[in-house]
Amino acid sequence: MELEGRWRDLDYLLNRQGNVVGPGFEPGPEIREFLQSDCRVLVVGAGGLGCELLKDLALSGFGCIDVIDMDTIDVSNLNRQFLFRMQDVGQSKANIAAQRIMQRISGVKVTPHHCMIQEKTLDFYEQFHVIVLGLDSLEARRYMNSVACSFLEYDEDGQPDLATVKPMIDGGTEGFKGHARVLIPGITPCFECTLWLFPPQTKFPLCTLAETPRSPAHCIEYAKIILWPKERPDDTFDADCEEHMRWMYDKALARASEFGIQGVTYQLTQGVVKNIIPAIASTNAIVAAQCTLEALKLVTMCSSGLNNYMMYSGTDGVYTLTTPYERDDKCPICSAGVSFDAAPSTTLQELIDMLMKDPDLGKHLSAPSVSYGSTNLYMRGALEQQTRPNLEKPISELVDGDGSVIHINDRQLVAAMKVRLKFGPSNGEMDS
Amino acid sequence: MIRLFSVREKQKKDAAAAANGKTVKQSAGELRLQKDISELDLPKNVSIRFPNGNDKIMNFEITLKPDEGLYKGGAFLFTFAVPTGYPHDPPKVKCVTKVYHPNIDLEGNICLNILREDWKPVLSISAIVYGLTYLFLSPNADDPLNKEAAAMMQQSPAQFERVVSQSVARGCSIGGEFFPAARGDRSG
Ligand SMILES: [Zn+2]
Repeated sequence: MELEGRWRDLDYLLNRQGNVVGPGFEPGPEIREFLQSDCRVLVVGAGGLGCELLKDLALSGFGCIDVIDMDTIDVSNLNRQFLFRMQDVGQSKANIAAQRIMQRISGVKVTPHHCMIQEKTLDFYEQFHVIVLGLDSLEARRYMNSVACSFLEYDEDGQPDLATVKPMIDGGTEGFKGHARVLIPGITPCFECTLWLFPPQTKFPLCTLAETPRSPAHCIEYAKIILWPKERPDDTFDADCEEHMRWMYDKALARASEFGIQGVTYQLTQGVVKNIIPAIASTNAIVAAQCTLEALKLVTMCSSGLNNYMMYSGTDGVYTLTTPYERDDKCPICSAGVSFDAAPSTTLQELIDMLMKDPDLGKHLSAPSVSYGSTNLYMRGALEQQTRPNLEKPISELVDGDGSVIHINDRQLVAAMKVRLKFGPSNGEMDS
Repeated sequence: MIRLFSVREKQKKDAAAAANGKTVKQSAGELRLQKDISELDLPKNVSIRFPNGNDKIMNFEITLKPDEGLYKGGAFLFTFAVPTGYPHDPPKVKCVTKVYHPNIDLEGNICLNILREDWKPVLSISAIVYGLTYLFLSPNADDPLNKEAAAMMQQSPAQFERVVSQSVARGCSIGGEFFPAARGDRSG
């Protein structure tokens, strides 16, 4: 049974033309049908932002949602991760979140994945029309960025092949500040294009921690960096293990009292060790709402999307600013790279010579190194001797086949250059 | 803005992305480290070793043999663990050869600004190697990690010089702690 008028507002957007609709938008009931039955959306992270995202997406008409999170529910999550209850503590965030959404919102299917994002293959990620990130670490964002960009192919004219574009929406919050951004690989900047947007974590000098601690955080960091490896060298510290955290707290407290420093608490210890900035429920709600709206716009084209980064600040009133960041055309992750014809029998040395003689590529190269994924085929510098034998080998032996992407490094390049190898006929075949 | 999905045509699955069963080949951090390694021209007194092979470069070892200064004649082994968050996050570097040095503690922790508070993504492995070389050339008693060593260096530099060269060359006890000769092995 459908609540009367449930989709009224959505239908206003999807069934009518307008002045701000996206390119090619043709209003009609099929759009909502697509949204509810065929469109697949993945939410990465079922924490503070993830709970909001799941609720917003489900209520906005997305009918087929997947959610992935490796974490289990902690009692400290309950104030803002509103899908979870006291009795859920210790259980999988993804599983419980999926259950709760389906209990409360009819007609939505949420499929949970209680695992690390790295455990899923590219096939898994490939099935989604859009991926929405509700993460709290740059590392996980960069991983998802590599995933989304790994599908990307460019056509002969260097334009992204739209069938291979995997769009992502990224939300992030830190206290009263947050952002929403739209990442369309090949079209808007990826995380690596704008890595500088993420300020490095503030770190204290080691000697301050060791000799002249002045704040509770110094004492906690000391326990974590110096005391743990010294006193428990065989244990890997696990921030989610209560005994470990308790140990850290006790050591920090002892350190603080030794130096007459006030203010080390268990909660602060957790905060410093996990690098937690207090999460504000309203920031999560605002950012998730924006992300959901962008996901809706992207898949329905009912409005042009955000271009391409919105920052929100709630510290002094409510402030937002949208900035159209630009792609880095040298980005080793999302740039087009170049296609290069070579016969499979070409040796690596011959390939390097050919690259250097190429009128376009050659001018960027003085002493190139070549790698293929993690495999270092020929490296100058520290691995020159070890990789030199590969120079004599045919490239067909070194890469997986036609279309393999190799990376070229050179002092003259700011970052690795992608080269897609096109195996033409080998010399012998050409003669016959 | 582009139109990505054609709702009416439904989504035709694209076969081009041959993703079957694969995971992402390489982290962006490793991609950047490859650039560093391919450009790493080490001075004669520094050598590098990749204990897990040429294609597992995220963990490696550097041996430094200072050719000047108090630590001349010794060989010091450093382990580098590069996180996937590189170069946003700095490598974790430890000195695993036990050394009497004001800026290195007995667990091998190193107080070098660019390894922590002054790390910037534009820096590279090469910059760290130079930083470490400099640390052995000019120990800094103002930022001590080994307080006793720093105090001795400041208050009785002649004695400090003597015990350092003795510990490096032959090994000796300093303040009840034995420092084996610095031969570039794991003695920490
Ligand atoms: Zn990029």
